[in-house]
Amino acid sequence: MDDAPRSPRHIWKKKKIMSPLNIKKGSTKHSAYNLRPTFSDVQETHTLAVLVDNEPGVLARVIGLFSGRGYNIDSLTVAEVDHEGHTSRITIVTTGTPQVIEQIKAQLGRIVPVHEVHDLTVEGGSVERELSLIKVEGAGDKRVEALRLADIFRAQVVDSTLESFVFQITGTPEKVDAFIDLMRPLGLVEVARTGVAALSRGV
Amino acid sequence: MTRQMTGAKMVVQALKDQGVDTVFGYPGGAVLPIYDEIFQQNGIRHYLVRHEQGAVHAAEGYARATGKPGVVLVTSGPGATNAVTGLTDALMDSIPIVVLTGQVPTFMIGSDAFQEADTVGITRPCTKHNWLVKDTDKLSGVLHEAFHVATTGRPGPVLVDIPKDVQFATGTYTEKAKTKVSHYQPQVKGDMETITQLVEAIETAERPVFYTGGGVINSGPAASQLLRELVEATGIPITSTLMGLGAYPASGKHWLGMLGMHGLYEANLAMHGCDLMINVGARFDDRITGRLDAFSPKSKKAHIDIDPSSINKVIKTDMPIIGDVGHVLEDILKVWKARGRKVNKEALQKWWSQIEKWRAVDCLKYKPSEKTIRPQYALDRLEQLTKGRDRYITTEVGQHQMWAAQYLGFEDPNRWMTSGGLGTMGYGTPASIGVQVAHPDALVINVAGEASWLMNMQEMGTAVQYRLPVKQFIMNNERLGMVRQWQELLHGERYSHSWSEALPDFVKLAEAFGCKGILCKDPADLDDAIMEMLDYDGPVIFDCLVEKHENCFPMIPSGEPHNKMLLGEASTKDAIGSKGAVMV
Repeated sequence: MDDAPRSPRHIWKKKKIMSPLNIKKGSTKHSAYNLRPTFSDVQETHTLAVLVDNEPGVLARVIGLFSGRGYNIDSLTVAEVDHEGHTSRITIVTTGTPQVIEQIKAQLGRIVPVHEVHDLTVEGGSVERELSLIKVEGAGDKRVEALRLADIFRAQVVDSTLESFVFQITGTPEKVDAFIDLMRPLGLVEVARTGVAALSRGV
Repeated sequence: MTRQMTGAKMVVQALKDQGVDTVFGYPGGAVLPIYDEIFQQNGIRHYLVRHEQGAVHAAEGYARATGKPGVVLVTSGPGATNAVTGLTDALMDSIPIVVLTGQVPTFMIGSDAFQEADTVGITRPCTKHNWLVKDTDKLSGVLHEAFHVATTGRPGPVLVDIPKDVQFATGTYTEKAKTKVSHYQPQVKGDMETITQLVEAIETAERPVFYTGGGVINSGPAASQLLRELVEATGIPITSTLMGLGAYPASGKHWLGMLGMHGLYEANLAMHGCDLMINVGARFDDRITGRLDAFSPKSKKAHIDIDPSSINKVIKTDMPIIGDVGHVLEDILKVWKARGRKVNKEALQKWWSQIEKWRAVDCLKYKPSEKTIRPQYALDRLEQLTKGRDRYITTEVGQHQMWAAQYLGFEDPNRWMTSGGLGTMGYGTPASIGVQVAHPDALVINVAGEASWLMNMQEMGTAVQYRLPVKQFIMNNERLGMVRQWQELLHGERYSHSWSEALPDFVKLAEAFGCKGILCKDPADLDDAIMEMLDYDGPVIFDCLVEKHENCFPMIPSGEPHNKMLLGEASTKDAIGSKGAVMV
């Protein structure tokens, strides 16, 4: 089974390694931004929250920045969060060396309709959630097993036929990954994921 | 009282409110209403170019020679796509320009209409920001905002796409003063704590060097003045990128000359050997740094830049200062003076005597030939014969550009316009036109190579039409000189397509355009020929036949650090390793 495709979960875990904080004496004035060794080779995964004017083309600007400069997008979600102020929140999960992550933030900050860029990964704790719809086809034991696992994962059944279920699951990307992995041998047919939405903890 | 007017009239009104008196453009179906308004007024002078790329480069030349934003008006579709090279050029060199494009009417957008292109989509990555205006009521606000974005922070090109129905429709004009100020307000004052750190470093440094760039020019004449004051007061040597020439005078005694791939020996070795590097408005471009892991290994680096994304982009900075060069230099001077104007005099003296030894190598020396005009000689003579005049130089891109940077001296900012970041062949001719429009009485010379010059030579028509006495000084080696040089150094002297076998007769070409042509091929005639060019009251095409196989030195081969410079022909064998070969 060695050549079996590795599940996204494993890749995710591998990426999640953070380089150790290298806190220099006397550098307390600065935020966590300046504490990591900028030119390290370690690949880090960061969640960025970008507040933008909801104007035509703004998403294209952000995506164009990532493709034009060769940055990674692991996940991206966007929606208007303030209808009166016409502001949207873009949540981007991205991977790169600390230098690349700093560049991404600085480049995002340069886009004219971008108001704020927050790196939730370094700015204290944050909560991350993703919603996923998962269609599973099957009968007999497999169908029962799928339902039981859904219950354990607190997934809801939002559509049902005699041969299939559509589950709705909400949680961290890791939890969604784990649930999808479990559904695969039980008749997984189709998956739709929203991508990560994230907020910092506290005020 | 609100003012009602058509979108087309708003364009003209907004330009006037922004203090614009010069527009470079080319009409077409989708901008006819705006051209009709231009026809019916006198405040704004429109210069008809021969190609939209020329319009943008002319606006760039105008902007760089004046410090004001350049304005371009072109039509939809091909008009807009032809402007793309100019926009990218302005983005790379941080030049403030405002490009107005016509667009097919809003109800036809997306229907593949005649001369329709997704202009905002195409120009999104090559503008600082762009707008498609679908509502006449919003047009004037967007135009004012466009000028604000183009000129504040790190300057750059912006584009406003205006559909034809928006130009015809009537709406409310918003005054410049009443336009809602956007949140786009870049930081201009530097962090005082880091500035103090830098001043401390200046006080103790043994081998400091100023490495200055286009940011000093962009910050305005006051920034150049402050830089001069700081350099004179501290006695620290100064070098500059291609973009920053003129911020510190070439005749200044602390001047090391340009640095970088074709920079001067003393400048590059000072960069390599320094213990404190003060980067003022430059961006550690790959033409400057050479091999990154061997770039100035022993130095602490300070970096003053208005764009946070320039900090730590390629080179790790010890003292990052985000802010406008002018403001930051002022603060540095203030703090340095308040702390007692200290420098490490003894060490500086030693540093200077080391620099003098490098200087003694005289890396720009060459032997004039009696038979052919060597390009270095041509520029040497041009320099001598134009010295002391209010002189503006534009260039094309290639060997001649590097020689011009090496052999011409610039005493003041805004006198040198060249395509640095993008390296756009065909930049110089239209840029010279833009400069001459801004300074009708000044001497404007485009130092060109024949290959680059041919790329936008149609603009001579513009020069003749508006009686702009631009001098096109073409150093004609019948080769794509820089390409040929690289083929010689890197590709076994296989000169693949790097020469033209069908060059025009430039003198006849000049006559065809209705201007003066001069041919010079004998070094003995050169001075007289140059004087003839300078004395002629009108545009001149000067065909200067130069040595065909001259290489441009000094040169840092790509993939090598500063201390591995090549000084001349003898040292070029296998100069570029396989690692360097993949770089440009």
